[in-house]
Amino acid sequence: MKVTLRIKRFDPDKDAKPYWAEYTVEASPVDRLLDALNTIKWTIDGTLTFRRSCAHGVCGSDAMRINGRNRLACKVLIRDVGEKVTVEPMLGFPVIKDLVVDMDPFFRKYESIKPYLITYDNEPGTERLQSPEERARYDEGTKCILCGACTGSCPSIWGNPDWVGPAAIVNAHRFIFDSRDQGTAERLAILGQRNGVWRCRTIFNCSDACPRGIPVTDLIEQVKRAIIYGDRNID
Amino acid sequence: MYQKFDVVIVGAGGAGLMAAMQLPNASVAVLSKVYPTRSHTGAAQGGVAAALGNLEEDHWKWHMYDTIKGGDYLVDQPAAEILARDAIDAIYELEHRGLPFNRTPDGRIDQRRFGGHTRNYGEAPVRRSCYAADRTGHMLLQTMYQNAIKNQVRFFNEFLALDLLINEGRACGVVALEIRTGEIHTFHAKAVLFATGGYGRAWRVTSNAFACMGDGMAIAYRRGIPLEDMEMYQFHPTGLYKVGVLLSEGARGEGARLLNGKGEYFMERYMPTLKDLAPRDIVSRCIIKEIKEGRGVNGEDYVYLDLRHLGEKVITEKLPDITEFARNYLGVEPIREPVPIQPTAHYAMGGIPTDNDGRVVIDSRWTPLPGFYAAGEVACVSVHGANRLGTNSLVDLIVFGRRAGKHMAKFITENDHVPLPPHHEDFAREMVDHLLSSKGGESAARIRNELQGEMLENVFVERHEKGLQHAMETIAGLQEAYKKVQLQDKGKTFNTELVEAIELGFLLDCAAATVHGALARKESRGAHYRLDYPERDDVNWLKHTLIYKGDGACDARLDYKDVILIDDPIFKPKERKY
Repeated sequence: MKVTLRIKRFDPDKDAKPYWAEYTVEASPVDRLLDALNTIKWTIDGTLTFRRSCAHGVCGSDAMRINGRNRLACKVLIRDVGEKVTVEPMLGFPVIKDLVVDMDPFFRKYESIKPYLITYDNEPGTERLQSPEERARYDEGTKCILCGACTGSCPSIWGNPDWVGPAAIVNAHRFIFDSRDQGTAERLAILGQRNGVWRCRTIFNCSDACPRGIPVTDLIEQVKRAIIYGDRNID
Repeated sequence: MYQKFDVVIVGAGGAGLMAAMQLPNASVAVLSKVYPTRSHTGAAQGGVAAALGNLEEDHWKWHMYDTIKGGDYLVDQPAAEILARDAIDAIYELEHRGLPFNRTPDGRIDQRRFGGHTRNYGEAPVRRSCYAADRTGHMLLQTMYQNAIKNQVRFFNEFLALDLLINEGRACGVVALEIRTGEIHTFHAKAVLFATGGYGRAWRVTSNAFACMGDGMAIAYRRGIPLEDMEMYQFHPTGLYKVGVLLSEGARGEGARLLNGKGEYFMERYMPTLKDLAPRDIVSRCIIKEIKEGRGVNGEDYVYLDLRHLGEKVITEKLPDITEFARNYLGVEPIREPVPIQPTAHYAMGGIPTDNDGRVVIDSRWTPLPGFYAAGEVACVSVHGANRLGTNSLVDLIVFGRRAGKHMAKFITENDHVPLPPHHEDFAREMVDHLLSSKGGESAARIRNELQGEMLENVFVERHEKGLQHAMETIAGLQEAYKKVQLQDKGKTFNTELVEAIELGFLLDCAAATVHGALARKESRGAHYRLDYPERDDVNWLKHTLIYKGDGACDARLDYKDVILIDDPIFKPKERKY
């Protein structure tokens, strides 16, 4: 089938402002949208620029705005988007070129919530024990691939780029609710600040955008409750 | 731009990050052409092996034996001993660093069965693979990256390495392209580690990411460093049909079985003891045989992976990701339907030769190139020999990434920087300038596409002289065409067309080395199966191939290196049965 992609383009070396370009390519309904982007790049216009790597939804490189929603181009199939597709860079991130956005601020926010296991006890000679139930408590957050689809879909971020954003909170949740971790108080203190969890207005765009099916809003609410009650064991 | 560090690490997957972890008191730069969490380590699914014995009796020596036998005896046996012994501590270290392993009811790390891992020297499958659902690599990569943040490692993200600098007989730096700005940078260092991964994109059907273009291997090769055992390339038995995306061996570890078009679970016919859990080289060959003899599904070139009898609970809890891949890319519901699969290009057993401390060695006498290290898939220690066992790649990363890091920590205290060679950026600049200014009219995409088709046709699970000759001629032609590649994007900012073209050059070199090794090795061993020489030949071929780049683009000189055996009858090469 023929598919027409309307792509928002911008090259800072040449363009004063972004513009829309249209390309029509041959594609199969079960092709990935990423395949169509590659077809354009490899056969029509080599200057079209986007990130990609694993091509099956686990590396998080190719998050972009597809028909108005943040998706991974390698997880969306042509049959899901139809014959006319609109592709833009994610909102809420500075654009570097075409569909490539600057992810550095996003990773700095991730770093700000101390995304690593904090322990003060001596390590045992073998593994620390953790029951399957304790392990399940933080499972959802461990699925995060840091693609930015949630953060880039959040109106609170669009209005305030300094906000820490959903992805960082999901990763804080992953440690706050890990029975082995001893840094809960430090993280809750960070997330209780002005640009912490409270800028979340429970809009649910993040949950809808997550390509890994993480219930992002729910995890954010759990962190809010942990801050209010000062205890990660409150549910 | 010029910058000076104690250590430069190229690649931010498991091996690179594990090495960086060992250097808390040094100035370290980690260069990665993608953001670190995009590295291909993150795509590993099934697990990481260690003889913890959490669920049943297990010993590191059994793991060592399985590794050696799995590698069809082309394994350097002392390296396999280190792998199996060190794996245990390395797993505990990862757990201490936060890796969220699945747990047993009593809270210990859960373990599952995996191909070729057995108890008591081949008796029956053993639970040795530590895992985190079917995203173990993702968890490992995240954990390593998180610890790198904790240790304030300095990252240079989206920097593509172009050249290795050597002077006064020592490695002394790396030249790289900053993708975002198009600037060339020199990183001057006392020690350089390559942890750049594999080159699975040389085949059309592959489990590998677009990033797996053989960068590190080709850069070293161009600098006169040999590549070892490149003919030993693994084709994973269960890639999603046509798409190539991996369906973890963990599925078979949980009990999934291979089914042919006649409704037969055929592996029990070939390998009565381990059946579907035989090593990957064997299972891939059996699949191809079934297809060739007309027992593919509907006469097509695929068979099924059947998970149905595992039940919804096991599938959802232990194999969620691969189930979603089948649903999303093939529209198949694994709980109710068998999943179409075919072998897919997966892993390079070969690579840059190193000793057990990750030091690169450049000839058959194990002469090191001081200051140059390699670890992970880019390296050939050799622990995987002619066929890697499932879960041993993650073990390799953490064990030998750690050893390389520790050795570098010592090396940089005992050695100073050597000066950079004269005109040190010329080679890299010429490469970039040539591509940006070329008017040859050739398309990089066309060359890459033809290469991938040729490799799938003639350098796949089954090989023979005529096919390999054909591949050699094709690659030689593509190497010529490559000189005429012309780009449409001449810009400085984030020029991914330029990046892809540079990577294609790397890929062509790796493919050429693979075919050189495969043509020369006139026997069948592990993943290298020659229809015209179907038997293993220990008298003539129990040795490693070393391939040196020749003068012409596609020329090579071959040498050989002995396999290191241990004086213990249990590890003596014998016929491989499962």
